[in-house]
Amino acid sequence: MSVPTATPVSFSGRAERALGDERMRAAIARGTGLMLERRHEAISALANADELRDAASDIRAEALRRLPELLEQWSDNLTAHGGQVHWAGDADEATAIIAEIVNRRGGKVIAKGKSMISEEIHLNAVLEQAGAEVTETDLGEFIQQLAGEPPSHIVAPAMHKDRFEVADLLSADRGAPVSPEIEAEAAYARRRLRQAFLDAGVGITGVNFAVASTGSICLVENEGNGRMCSSLPPTHIALMGLERIVADFGDLDVMLNLLARSATGQALTVYTNIITGPRRTGEIDGPEELHVVVLDGGRSAALGTEFSPALHCIRCGACLNVCPVYRQVGGHAYESVYSGPIGAVLTPLLKPEDPAARELSEASSLCGACTEICPVRIPLHDLLLQLRQRDARGDASRLRRVGFWLWSQAWSRRWIFRAMVLAARAGLPVLRRIRRLPNVGWLGAWHRGRELP
Amino acid sequence: MRVQFFASCLVELLRPDVATAAQRALRAAGHEPEALVGATCCGQPAYNAGYRAEAQRVARRTLRALGDDDRPCVVASGSCATMMSHHWPELFEGTPEEIAARRAAGRTEELTAFMTTAGSDTAPDGGAGHDDQTGGPETSRAGGPAAVIVHDSCHALRELGAGATVRRALADAGHPTRSAEGSERCCGFGGSFSVKLPAVSVAMADEKLDSFVATGCEQVTSCDLSCLLHLQGRARRRGLGLRFDHVATLLGRET
Repeated sequence: MSVPTATPVSFSGRAERALGDERMRAAIARGTGLMLERRHEAISALANADELRDAASDIRAEALRRLPELLEQWSDNLTAHGGQVHWAGDADEATAIIAEIVNRRGGKVIAKGKSMISEEIHLNAVLEQAGAEVTETDLGEFIQQLAGEPPSHIVAPAMHKDRFEVADLLSADRGAPVSPEIEAEAAYARRRLRQAFLDAGVGITGVNFAVASTGSICLVENEGNGRMCSSLPPTHIALMGLERIVADFGDLDVMLNLLARSATGQALTVYTNIITGPRRTGEIDGPEELHVVVLDGGRSAALGTEFSPALHCIRCGACLNVCPVYRQVGGHAYESVYSGPIGAVLTPLLKPEDPAARELSEASSLCGACTEICPVRIPLHDLLLQLRQRDARGDASRLRRVGFWLWSQAWSRRWIFRAMVLAARAGLPVLRRIRRLPNVGWLGAWHRGRELP
Repeated sequence: MRVQFFASCLVELLRPDVATAAQRALRAAGHEPEALVGATCCGQPAYNAGYRAEAQRVARRTLRALGDDDRPCVVASGSCATMMSHHWPELFEGTPEEIAARRAAGRTEELTAFMTTAGSDTAPDGGAGHDDQTGGPETSRAGGPAAVIVHDSCHALRELGAGATVRRALADAGHPTRSAEGSERCCGFGGSFSVKLPAVSVAMADEKLDSFVATGCEQVTSCDLSCLLHLQGRARRRGLGLRFDHVATLLGRET
């Protein structure tokens, strides 16, 4: 029996561990492959995909340029419709605001929809510590909650698990076998979660877009759980990153046209919820109170810098699906809420003090597939390169810096280069004959899995 | 057409025969290549690792070797051609060499892109798979050469649009071409990526090699030597019977 070991501190260590998990890798290859195929069909079906992507890119850039003004307009409009807006500078402020609302509203039972921001601020842990009972109601998130793991994909949280692993988790929850058929698994989850909606005093969801002109929030989903969480419990708390604003419904239309197509290959998700305030007099559905918590969490520091385009992201997950590194190692190896290329760019921006986050810019061969697929045209691999350039000046890379300096001195002189060419031609045949090179340096790293050239 | 020819550092270091073959292919097509004297490297290794000043120092050496010239500069590497044509202007921005870098960028072309469009204004028309011929894996016609698997290197495919030109150049020379499943996926070389995350790099190569084997063809080619050396090194370790040759080697083979 294998003893569980501590999570390796480096990306390369975690990646190597992930590479040993054949079952996970097969599930990721299958899942990402399917999403890519569907995305390709859905985008190809558009006559004007390129123009739409250009428009979406412009809309995101313009929204960030006008961010303070649009957020204020949105907040004023939502407040006028009875919603309550809370501004949180960081994770601690956000969780404190939410805990206070939960506490005041006596909502110890919480039904929660999918929200990456809630993962970012570790909301469940804080609420559970305060004595609340949180049920994830998105099927993938529910599976991950049962497994005690964070999501491994921003759109499909449990993509890395096959249906047999899911059946085991659901059976353990039920205390009786759940058949490893997708229908049986969904049926069990449906029954189980239905009760969570009915019992909940507070519903918590994410936000895909906030519409400034009307004060609305837009929430897209496929399972109806988001609609349940936002309409059934007496209190609805929605979490959003401060960059998720669009000016009006015209802009929202462009974003929605691309989001589901890029993510799951749907023209639109099954549910598109537009929420503009809590229940009004005479309405039969909806919460008594609507709170929207807007998180900065390091985002505003990236505004106006060369990394600003990373905030254009609409969380479709297409760059994860197409990334050949993500395909091999899955999401958990990144050890960040956001994985794949966008995670490798966002994480060091949101956690500038974390040295482990900086390492993620190396988790790319700079192949450019992410940049090519991004619906809002974020130049992801260029941003990864810029992160490398920024970090190359730091103290952590002193040895490498010296190495590249020496290299540049040598290779900017033709005679040294020629001497090295001759040395390589003479030395390689000798090195090739050595069966086991010591696992040291770049030569050793190459030779671990490959013969020398 | 009279051209300058830049072999790339990797070719010069590890496969000088590729340079010979490339120049032979150029001559056979009626061009007059002159090998660049005094060049070393385009600076890409340092550039992709984030070391701009070091990249600039090395690239300056090659930029000077290019000199004040009007001839096209033909490069036997998709990724070096990308570095020079797409990244040099930005790398030298604000330096005294900026104008020279822009001019060099404008006349730099990858080998097959040059060979299939030389003398015309036609731009290569995009990605993988366009020119693959159909038929059995072994030969397309009796006595003809065996089919060749074209590995699309990322720079060539995404930044140069050279996926089609490698195939077209091979087809012009009578080589039937094939694309393997997942042809647009990176092989895992990625410069320093291959030694910083060697296990991931090798896993990516393995998937690529499996897709090559599945085609039933044995000959693999690409316009990038770096990808080929990585794939070949892994194939040899696995004992696979695949052959890897730079596209210049196939095009410039003595008949």
